[in-house]
Amino acid sequence: MNATEFNFLASLPSIAPEVGLTIMAMVVLFLDLYLPESQRRNIAYVAGAGLALLAITPLIPGWAPPADGNLLFWGGMVRHDVLSQIFKVMILLAGAITCFMSIDVKDIGRKGEFYLIIIISTLGACLLSAASDLIMVFLALETMTIPLYILATFKRDDSKSAESGMKYFLFGSFASAIMLFGLSLLYGFTGQTNLYLIAEYITSSQFIPNAIPVLGAMVLIVVGFGFKISAAPFHFWTPDVYEGAPTPVTAFVSVASKAASFALLVRFFIAVFPSALVIGDQHLQDFWVQLMAVLAVVSMVVGNVVALSQRNIKRLLAYSSIAQAGYTLIGVAAIQAQTLEGQTQAVASVGFYMFMYTFTNLLAFAVIILFTEATGSETIKDLAGLNRRSPWLALMLTIALLSLAGIPPAAGFFGKFFLFNAAVQANLTWLAIVGVLNSIVALYYYLVVIKVMYVDRSPDEDKPIPMSISYVWVLGVTALVVIVLGTVGAQPIFDWAMRSAGSLFS
Amino acid sequence: MITINAQSIAFILFSLFILGGGLGVVTTRNLIHGALYLILSLFGVAGFFVLLSAPFLAAVQVLVYIGAIAILIIFAVMLTRSMTSLTEAFNRQWWLAGLVGGLLFIFLAAGIILPVWGASSAYAGQPVSDVVATTTDLGIALVDGNQYVLPFEVASLLLTAAMIGAIVIARDDE
Repeated sequence: MNATEFNFLASLPSIAPEVGLTIMAMVVLFLDLYLPESQRRNIAYVAGAGLALLAITPLIPGWAPPADGNLLFWGGMVRHDVLSQIFKVMILLAGAITCFMSIDVKDIGRKGEFYLIIIISTLGACLLSAASDLIMVFLALETMTIPLYILATFKRDDSKSAESGMKYFLFGSFASAIMLFGLSLLYGFTGQTNLYLIAEYITSSQFIPNAIPVLGAMVLIVVGFGFKISAAPFHFWTPDVYEGAPTPVTAFVSVASKAASFALLVRFFIAVFPSALVIGDQHLQDFWVQLMAVLAVVSMVVGNVVALSQRNIKRLLAYSSIAQAGYTLIGVAAIQAQTLEGQTQAVASVGFYMFMYTFTNLLAFAVIILFTEATGSETIKDLAGLNRRSPWLALMLTIALLSLAGIPPAAGFFGKFFLFNAAVQANLTWLAIVGVLNSIVALYYYLVVIKVMYVDRSPDEDKPIPMSISYVWVLGVTALVVIVLGTVGAQPIFDWAMRSAGSLFS
Repeated sequence: MITINAQSIAFILFSLFILGGGLGVVTTRNLIHGALYLILSLFGVAGFFVLLSAPFLAAVQVLVYIGAIAILIIFAVMLTRSMTSLTEAFNRQWWLAGLVGGLLFIFLAAGIILPVWGASSAYAGQPVSDVVATTTDLGIALVDGNQYVLPFEVASLLLTAAMIGAIVIARDDE
């Protein structure tokens, strides 16, 4: 790694989006200073368009990962591979869409700082999906989450927002501390900070074979990840933060931070505890895949059962997001497949699920933003008659909910199909069955919302919901992506995810 | 045994700072004065680090302990007015505090004198600066593309965002 001379130009493509994001952060800061109050809306357009443009940078052919197999850059801090590409694209698009749907939100839409902090958080998430060194892992994680604590508190006059920010901060820093403890133990055992060198050291003869302390470190790290992806039983912050934070922030937390954490989760465990790793006669992989399977089952059951009794739409989506983390963990658990093909499929199914979940959840939250800005209500009951007030809005939320439930032609169907398929390939048929049963439970509460929108009547039916042009675009584009991913787009994106998964095992 | 040169004079001076400052902390009745004595004592420790050829630790000692922690203590004292009027020099737990302090002293002194965790014989007679990385190494590592330049830059971005966020949350509405 250090053998080669440092080549600045060759190293740049690996952090191209991050460099762009840094420049954009400065541009937004200056715009905030110089634009008069009447033109403040343009900050959101600049930030959104910039993020969307940057989403192309990982795809520029000349900047593709090098073919010579030497993928570690910046002293092994980041790994420039296809997995980081696919996750960077979805994170940048999530950031762009979040900017576009914040424009008309009271108290935050015209504040330059809001977009600046979103950009920095996006930068952290991008780095997290490529991080391959313990130092970079922790720093990227904090660069992603500390801005999110600020964003959750952004509506300062709203006590719920302040409460959610405080809760997020306390739980989040607690989780970070636990994870950091695990990471430092790993460093202590091996003296290496690079993820790939840690595994190398453990397999070398210098390491005194004792599996118990390494397992302890592994459990601490799993707990930290559990908080970040909001898997049960580490989900306590999720409903309160989702409900209290400004809705665009909720949307961003639910997709970008979850996607980046899943990218790191698969990269970290495959790199540090690969299937070939044996301490004494213990296969470490057997432990973490079992842990993931348990987390998956607990998250799905807790998320779906508690979601059944929710009255607030944001809390409903919070519990749904816990359940979705559970489904995705099925894919992580399926990495225990015997063949390389099966393992690749398992990682690819996680990548595809996160890709489609990003757009699905953003679509759902965009509708909720429009609804709450117009009516000031977040309860499911008040969605009554939405079909008569604004048929397009009702249709968009229906598409999002069907996708979350996994009904074709929405993208969620293929997302779940690939996950359950990977589980069956890995001889985890029982886990796939648990997943299917949970999907049926979940279908109930998603359908209740759809029923309220289309069947129930309300006295406000003659008041349409105003929608500005940027929301039309947000809704149109995300809905289109959800439908395309559920039909013709599924195969190409899954192929991309397969290549990204393959890059982890090479 | 002790030759009188610049180093030994500095050692005696810094020792006086540390011990005198520590004595001042526990004997003064004014909490603000106590905090100032604490700064004096911590400054002496920073001086020890310089004498031990560990300039980086000395800088950290000044920045973190004097720059941050002592100032924090002074802020805390000023914000809690009721504390400043305490005049009692002893309270009912003085003997417990003395016991713990004495035990800690014995423990630390034994740790230094007895070779339990003490100096490794492998490095006997070598100055510390030959064994551990110097401040120069550290500085180069932070800007070397093959080492830590990326985390270094990301950390500065994170701090910028955190500062802007703190201002956004804390400032009055215009």
